[in-house]
Amino acid sequence: MLYREAGDFKTSYVADSQTFPIRFDRYGYYFLLGFAFLVMPLVINDYWANAIVVPFLIYTIAALGLNILIGYCGQLSLGTGAFMAVGAYGCYKLMTAFPELNIIIVIVFAGFITASVGVLFGLPSLRIKGFYLAVATLAAQFFLIWLFTRTAWFYNYSPTGMISAPTREVFGFPVTGPRASAVSMYMICLCFLVVCAWLARNLTRGSLGRQWMAIRDMDIAAEIIGVNPLMAKLTAFAVSSFFIGIAGALLFAVYLGAAEAGEAFGIDKSFLVLFMVIIGGLGSIFGAFAGAFFLIVGPVLLKLLLVNGLGWPTDLAAHLEIMIIGALILVFLILEPHGIAALWRTIKEKLRLWPFPY
Amino acid sequence: MKMTRLAATLAATMLAAAPMLADTLHFPNLSYRTGPFAAGGIAFADGYADYFTLINERDGGIGGVPIRYSECETAYNTERGVECYQSIRNDSPLVLQPLSTGITYQLIPRTMEDGIPMHTMGYGRTSAVNGEVFNWTFNYPANYWDGASVIVNYLLSENDNSLEGKKIVLLYHNSAYGREPIATLNTLSERYGFQLVTIGVDSPGQEQGSQWLQIRRERPDYVVMWGWGVMNPTAIREAANIRFPMENFIGVWWSGSQQDVVPVGAAAHGYKALAMHGTGTDYPIYDDLRRYVIEPGKFAGTGDEVGSVLYSRGLYAAMLAVEAAKKAQEIHGVAVITPAMMRDGMANLEITEELMTELGLPNFGPAFSVSCQNHGGSGAAMIQQWDANAGEWNLITDWIYPDRELIMQMALEDSLAFAAENNMTPACMN
Repeated sequence: MLYREAGDFKTSYVADSQTFPIRFDRYGYYFLLGFAFLVMPLVINDYWANAIVVPFLIYTIAALGLNILIGYCGQLSLGTGAFMAVGAYGCYKLMTAFPELNIIIVIVFAGFITASVGVLFGLPSLRIKGFYLAVATLAAQFFLIWLFTRTAWFYNYSPTGMISAPTREVFGFPVTGPRASAVSMYMICLCFLVVCAWLARNLTRGSLGRQWMAIRDMDIAAEIIGVNPLMAKLTAFAVSSFFIGIAGALLFAVYLGAAEAGEAFGIDKSFLVLFMVIIGGLGSIFGAFAGAFFLIVGPVLLKLLLVNGLGWPTDLAAHLEIMIIGALILVFLILEPHGIAALWRTIKEKLRLWPFPY
Repeated sequence: MKMTRLAATLAATMLAAAPMLADTLHFPNLSYRTGPFAAGGIAFADGYADYFTLINERDGGIGGVPIRYSECETAYNTERGVECYQSIRNDSPLVLQPLSTGITYQLIPRTMEDGIPMHTMGYGRTSAVNGEVFNWTFNYPANYWDGASVIVNYLLSENDNSLEGKKIVLLYHNSAYGREPIATLNTLSERYGFQLVTIGVDSPGQEQGSQWLQIRRERPDYVVMWGWGVMNPTAIREAANIRFPMENFIGVWWSGSQQDVVPVGAAAHGYKALAMHGTGTDYPIYDDLRRYVIEPGKFAGTGDEVGSVLYSRGLYAAMLAVEAAKKAQEIHGVAVITPAMMRDGMANLEITEELMTELGLPNFGPAFSVSCQNHGGSGAAMIQQWDANAGEWNLITDWIYPDRELIMQMALEDSLAFAAENNMTPACMN
């Protein structure tokens, strides 16, 4: 019913290898883009933008980045929180040092800074693998946060060690600082997300992505067939950290407005993004979206339902929220160990065969 | 079917996200009853809620308008704090009390933009005392720099007005909160010639082995602590372990409640802390509280925090909020006030000894008045000491005043830097 593929013929290789080869998917994608860019800005209100949609968009970028590293290249990392902090502090330093620089350029540069730091901490991946690499990236987490809380230069010698984002404008609309409107915050995050997702999707389909996946599936075999492990692993760290840095910069500058390394980018952030990738589905772009939706929007919706809808006490709701999210994670992983993306893949196969599934 | 009902409830929730209930005064509370700092957050939130319940039950509200009290759980987490702020900002919140310095820093620019007053009592950004820059932020009756100065003044009086050659360790929660007093203590150490050693403890602060090893090596004369949550009892226990004399260990007012000393037991005997208000149930207001709130079962939480230090602080914060609302009603001559009117009430608040007695809280807090140039009240605090045998805090000094001249000067510099960063021209609003 949904997937009517009859008559959907491809007449060229380009058409055959496009991102969404199925017509229904393609139209769905165009519809979603149109909805996100044209309808959402008109209907979104402050609460929805600031409390739900903007953090969802930002964490999706972070999950995309980590998914490239873990899901596509198979390198376990627990340093996501620290890399987000690099993005945030890089963004802060650039914003304050070059006030006239456009914020979009600042955020992209913050991504590049994070990419170089990521490559540096990715070097051990050439010698150590699996859980040992996870421990090495854990060192990055603790070292970088320590650096940002102890070195006054990073927070411009402010007495409390907090960094706060000054107001910056894009096309005359403030996107950071307290004067930023919900729509402008939403739009800048959406633009970054769309570009990042498009980049990630095409990188992973290209030769670079194939190299990453070869390394992930069996690194010795990959090396024998001519994949350079140094290049493959370090590019994965660079691209992944670039996305995570952008997410960190957006989280600090657009969403939080003020941040402090230990509190906003602690080890729990690393785990949060890791869980997004695992629950969403390793090695899937859609998985990053699904994981971020589940772990960012889920708790807020639950809170709205329990506190505002049913009028329960806030502390009871907060405890229940943790229990329900925990239980849902278990249920999802037992039902489908490969994450929500794999669940969606199965449903899609069934829908394509409907009404004659076999 | 179930899904539809769920979706329907959810949809109804979304629609009802901003109810404009007419003719109530909305006092929200960004509380935290979960997370690593819940022990302190629960007590404060209970006291804050109970006072509003008392005003509603006994007086029928403020100036005849009932109070609408709401809570939003932040778990001391800045991201959830932002979410909470967004959920209440269109609901005409009269005053915000985030009880977290991190969330305060985030909300200061937003509340300025949205025109919502914020009261950060004994925490938050110290330089908010300068009301010409921070028009919407108030931190009366005392702030961190006051606290640091009061401790130093107390130590001066203990040591014949000389701290020359003494060594003082500041053990602080390594966050925006704990780092606040460092600048003041540095200045004071230059002025009085004592040596200051600052040692940070990473949040939440259950691991302090290396810090206390360092303290043991440094052999300080005094240890001053800026701790919160689980960090406090851990530090007191570690101090007892290295046999550091408890009477030389002084905490700020956030490190001086029952939750901090009771878990340590007898070893905590003699530990000192700042007190910005009285404690215990020996005040006339508790007769009313018992009659209108506690006995009818209308108390918040489980009711076991009544009379504790942080409960008293919540009570005090609510009392100051209600007095400011009364002042605002008086200034503007309307009963249903807006956040902007509430700000005027707070900016012209005057707390006198007679007023405190009238409210049933004689000698509970200092007398002070707020002005545009001074959003910080008097800054005075007392020193209290824990008696582990009796299980109670005893006030051992009278009000000690801080070195306000120095603090105001430092606050002026910091606030003007903030104004310059944000292209603001300092000016009074009234």
